[in-house]
Amino acid sequence: MTTAIALTIGFIILGPFIGGLLEGMDRVVCARMQGRQGPPVLQPFYDIYKLFNKQSILVNNIQDLLVCGFLVFVVFSGVLFFMGEDILLVFFALTLAEIFMVMSSASANSPYSSMGAQRELVQAMTYEPMLLLTAIGFYIAAESFRVDDIARTDIPAIVYLPGIFLGYVFILTIKFRKSPFDLSTSHHAHQEMVRGLTTELSGNILALVEVAEWYETVLLLGVIGLFFVNGTWWGLVLALVGILVSFFFETFVDNVFPRVHWDTMVKSTWMFTLIAGGINLFILVLIR
Amino acid sequence: MKISKSPWIIHYDGSSCNGCDIEVLDSLMPKYDLERFGVVNTGNPKHADIFLVTGGINAQNKPVVQQIYSQMPFPKVVVAVGICACNGGIFKECYNILGGVDKAIPVDIYVPGCAARPEAIIDGVMKAVALLDKKREEMKKEAKEN
Ligand code: SF4
Repeated sequence: MTTAIALTIGFIILGPFIGGLLEGMDRVVCARMQGRQGPPVLQPFYDIYKLFNKQSILVNNIQDLLVCGFLVFVVFSGVLFFMGEDILLVFFALTLAEIFMVMSSASANSPYSSMGAQRELVQAMTYEPMLLLTAIGFYIAAESFRVDDIARTDIPAIVYLPGIFLGYVFILTIKFRKSPFDLSTSHHAHQEMVRGLTTELSGNILALVEVAEWYETVLLLGVIGLFFVNGTWWGLVLALVGILVSFFFETFVDNVFPRVHWDTMVKSTWMFTLIAGGINLFILVLIR
Repeated sequence: MKISKSPWIIHYDGSSCNGCDIEVLDSLMPKYDLERFGVVNTGNPKHADIFLVTGGINAQNKPVVQQIYSQMPFPKVVVAVGICACNGGIFKECYNILGGVDKAIPVDIYVPGCAARPEAIIDGVMKAVALLDKKREEMKKEAKEN
């Protein structure tokens, strides 16, 4: 219980710092892959500071409230996760947070923003099955939906769930808004609909979105860690290595693949979900 | 910490011949890599701090430039890149050209050259960045007074 509370407090306080650092590292690695020097590692924090110091133009009076809802529910799902609660609940709360974000962009009277919102919904539809399969996989492997039970099993979940792990890493590309699946909004300049989801956000509201995304990054990478931990110290080391390798992999994919059309994304992701996740689950049910 | 550590730019092509646009993009490429100063090409006026305009102003793009400028949140800086953007350049005498960017919006930094070299553009952006800090201070002072 004490570790759970320590983890949760650590998540609330350090979450944005870890998320921001990871983004900074991502940007440097990304630049090096392209043969550039790249920004300093602390660049995301400079950006946030700048955004908090800018004038923020509100296009309506509900937008900021919805963005706050996004932040609150992302943090809430993270708290649930690190407290060791039900993993299904974590994923549902995360989806709710996503809906807040979509509502916020859809509320703005701008075609780019609403198109971003629509694409975000398509993305949610694309990765949601795999998220559910991940939860079910954990349940079959550890016979519990509770995160603390899953974390304490003797054999790390990855042994039972290699396919589901791959599927999860696959949808992480969508969640992290990495090319080829950065349809709704992108961290790069080459964006066909201005900035998509965040077009109409500015100043401190945009900063809140960034902070929420950092929290989300930490939470999603935490789930990666959950595949590896087993209550021992080497489980933790394994989890850390797993997290870093997956994160590096996402950066790599970001630089290698161009953005795809939305139906390619839906088809390929569902296909991968069905093959990797489905077969893994099927075998698991047979042997257990 | 200064807000100038994170200048995000928006680039608008007025009636430029594309020479300066290519140089602007060139300064973001691996050789010059403006991103090492934290510069990001946002393409969204609502996220941008620095407005890079290339090419002169004509009757058709005047409202566009003004629109983009008005959508940018304070503090903001305008950089006119290339001699066309400064005063019309070789197109100055054309029947459709009104003149440089300052015919439409207030310009802070002029980067001459035809085409402006990437080094000059980077220099201009860095000058703009210093100006951002100054404008932010002024903004703070104004907010205090009101
Ligand atoms: S300054 Fe020269 S290169 Fe630049 S837009 Fe004008 S004519 Fe083209």
